[in-house]
Amino acid sequence: MRIIPIMSHCKPLLTGILGVLLLLASSLAAAVPPIQNWRTANGVPVYFIPAPELPMMDAQMLFNAGSVRDGARPGLAKLTNALLEEGAGDWSADVIADRLDRVGARLSAGSRRDSAWVSLRSLTDPRYLQPAVETVARLLREPSFAPDAVERVRKQMLTGLQERAQSPGAIAQDAFFTALYGTHPYAIPPEGTVASLNAITRADIQDFHRRHYTAANAVVALVGDLERSAAEQLANALVGGLPKGEAVPPPPPPSPVPASQTIRIPHPSSQSHILIGQIGVNRADPDYYALYLGNHVLGGNGLVSQLSQEIREKRGLAYGAYSAFSPMRQAGPFLINLQTRNDQVDTALQVAQTTLREFTANGPDAQALEEARQNITGGFALDLAGNGKLANYLGVIAFHQLPLDYLQNYLGIMNGITLEQARTAWQRRVQPDKLITIIVGGDQPAQSKPEPAGSTGS
Amino acid sequence: MPESIHKLLIAALLSVASAAFAATPVHEFTLANGLKVLVREDHRAPVVVSQIWYKVGSSYEPSGLTGISHLLEHLMFKGTPDVPGGEFSRLIAANGGDENAFTSRDYTAYFQTLEKERLELSFRLEADRMRHLLLKPEDVAKEAQVVAEERRLRTDDQPEALTQEQFSAAAYLTSPYRNPIIGWMQDIQSITPDELNRWYRQWYAPNNATLVVVGDVEPARVRELAEKHFGPLPPSDLTSPKPAVEIPQQGERRIVVKTPAEVPYVALGYKAPTLKTAAAEWEPYALDVLDGILDGGNSGRISRNLVRGSQVAAAAGTGYSPTSRLEELFVLAGNPAPGRTSADLERALRAEVARLREEPVGADELARVVAQVVAADVYQQDSMFYQGMRLGILETVGLGWSKLDDYVQRIQAVTPEQVRDVARKYLTDDRLTVATLEPLPLDGRRPPAPDAAVDHAIR
Repeated sequence: MRIIPIMSHCKPLLTGILGVLLLLASSLAAAVPPIQNWRTANGVPVYFIPAPELPMMDAQMLFNAGSVRDGARPGLAKLTNALLEEGAGDWSADVIADRLDRVGARLSAGSRRDSAWVSLRSLTDPRYLQPAVETVARLLREPSFAPDAVERVRKQMLTGLQERAQSPGAIAQDAFFTALYGTHPYAIPPEGTVASLNAITRADIQDFHRRHYTAANAVVALVGDLERSAAEQLANALVGGLPKGEAVPPPPPPSPVPASQTIRIPHPSSQSHILIGQIGVNRADPDYYALYLGNHVLGGNGLVSQLSQEIREKRGLAYGAYSAFSPMRQAGPFLINLQTRNDQVDTALQVAQTTLREFTANGPDAQALEEARQNITGGFALDLAGNGKLANYLGVIAFHQLPLDYLQNYLGIMNGITLEQARTAWQRRVQPDKLITIIVGGDQPAQSKPEPAGSTGS
Repeated sequence: MPESIHKLLIAALLSVASAAFAATPVHEFTLANGLKVLVREDHRAPVVVSQIWYKVGSSYEPSGLTGISHLLEHLMFKGTPDVPGGEFSRLIAANGGDENAFTSRDYTAYFQTLEKERLELSFRLEADRMRHLLLKPEDVAKEAQVVAEERRLRTDDQPEALTQEQFSAAAYLTSPYRNPIIGWMQDIQSITPDELNRWYRQWYAPNNATLVVVGDVEPARVRELAEKHFGPLPPSDLTSPKPAVEIPQQGERRIVVKTPAEVPYVALGYKAPTLKTAAAEWEPYALDVLDGILDGGNSGRISRNLVRGSQVAAAAGTGYSPTSRLEELFVLAGNPAPGRTSADLERALRAEVARLREEPVGADELARVVAQVVAADVYQQDSMFYQGMRLGILETVGLGWSKLDDYVQRIQAVTPEQVRDVARKYLTDDRLTVATLEPLPLDGRRPPAPDAAVDHAIR
């Protein structure tokens, strides 16, 4: 148990996977080497940024293998991903762990709704890099899914579900996605359900792996102390052995929320977790930039944002009050998130709803918008300072196959957004009378009721 | 070549590789008013991290004032005569910056990350609030509510965090490490503006602070800016914190925490020395290696034997912090796997500890720990923030920022016998505290609150 210092008012961690890529000025453009891009012999797109200052490299392998592919077996994508490092070919989990640890390599794997990934951090000296790369390549290519490992990881995921059941925040997240997406595959809980986890067979897992961990569904992002030729060899070594496979189709677009709905879930907690939101935008949506800039004023910029000002700074109702668009391959959520003592729920809810409604009706204040823009553009260099951060951004660019000049284009767009554009984008895309509201907390009777349009916040 | 020798060879090669990539040197100077300044250049990106560290934290707090350091940290954003409340954060944000603050047991620190040309803004604002904070009663009352919400979020509604809090309170009797950093709720809600003012005046002074700057900067220019903004601040007459030595433990302690939850949890903590408190300097390094043997990656003994082997644990790990100011706990903790109990997991963890007392660790295991430490030494240089953290912590707990410059060599020098010796000396039953989380049903704790019921009826 490490004693972790208490951070006072963390900004929500929206960079990284959800992150937006920004560019302030040409001097910064010069500081970021251009992205190099090619395909491996079996067709995997590779995105590479050389970083010669430290003798290390970061590699991310991302796959179209998130929970959106689970179908009737929620949890299948996550279980498959978690089992990769539990055995490959004739190597046991112990052998894999030892091969990586004895060269100081760090492996991480995970999955969310759209994607699943495996990441490797290693020293670049070939004596240490090579054993690590061989290991990762093999667990991607020929995981063994041994029956005892399947049972063990299945149990670990069941424990994970129990942990979610004791967390009001996790309960609220799950309820929000279920209510927001209905029958769309984004409603599938990535962690699965007790029934679905128990129903998944080894054959399901093998089939999922065969179908999704293929060259046609993979991308690679590389950052590190590598020459171009070494980077090409490395990418080939990591994923060159994957079968070509067939690209899985993108998920369908979700339908907007037809009417406001409030769902209350009782939980023996001293605080209630409140989530308010609706369907937002996808990664390619042209409105995303104006919405993002506007959201920085509303709730995306820490204590400076309006939601924090109204809920925390003026009234002391909550520790954190944020809002965010989370663009996904299809439209991800727009979400406001706060927590407050149980007896303050109605007050906090009303302040949040009023703040959103007024922001949407009137648009951002001109000075606030300029300061938000300065924060976004001026903070670009911060977001890219470090190989680990660069690799995360590159992973987003690679997975969504954004253009190589995305950064430069993005800067132009961000600097060109007018106050009027931000205001109209919010009015066009955010409907304060069609919101999903989830409240998880102490002592309230379970209820779920549809509301007539316009009743929310009254 | 035998496998273990092969691994040792790899470790030796790694150490050679790392030596060529030592971090850039630290420039150190002290202003006339006692402010120590540390500067490390990192020119990979046009960015600078600036951190100001104060020697104060929850381990400095007397009874009745627990959480006052953390509450004061929140109030440091509420304004001065020259910079009104909220303006600090607004200015940093509008300049493209990122800022925050954190409080721990042994330190309180504030930081900004900025484009390198804007470092002066950070210095101007931090110097101003070091000596000129306004503590308005209405701000104090509101921020105490915010911190109470923070406590509910982080501790009260999190079964494992709640258990860990009571675990510390049971393990320590006279050490201030018994109190939570965020404070007990009754203290958060009763600390007065006067008490906060005294706390502020007592500890927020240039001669009780360290300024750490890491990034794309020139040390001479940093010095110039530091002189300009921090130089004029008057120092304080400092008094040392009271002695806070834990009395010797005279037998195993056990507590049970019953709270609504689903997943059982058990934590074992053995009193262990740190770099500040150890009788022999090698001991904390040996404990750090022992930590790696048990939980250094997926090949550590906990993962290998308890998660994969006997499958008694769904998850488990260890923790030890050699840089704490006071005597620490070496902690082993985890969740039993479905069908297994906390008692099963406790037995298995204690068996691993017993094995460390009985037999020296293998040369191959030691080599693996060394390899991870050597690699981590390179990886850490990727984060300017982490580099600053390390300097700031070492300086603020009184070890001196250069204390861990030879960390890799110190770890490499640890022998299997030394790991066994620290296990025999410190990981003993009489130094142990055990806390167990016993889940109560999630739907059975509280009677319905009248407010909520009325509210629902009105709807």
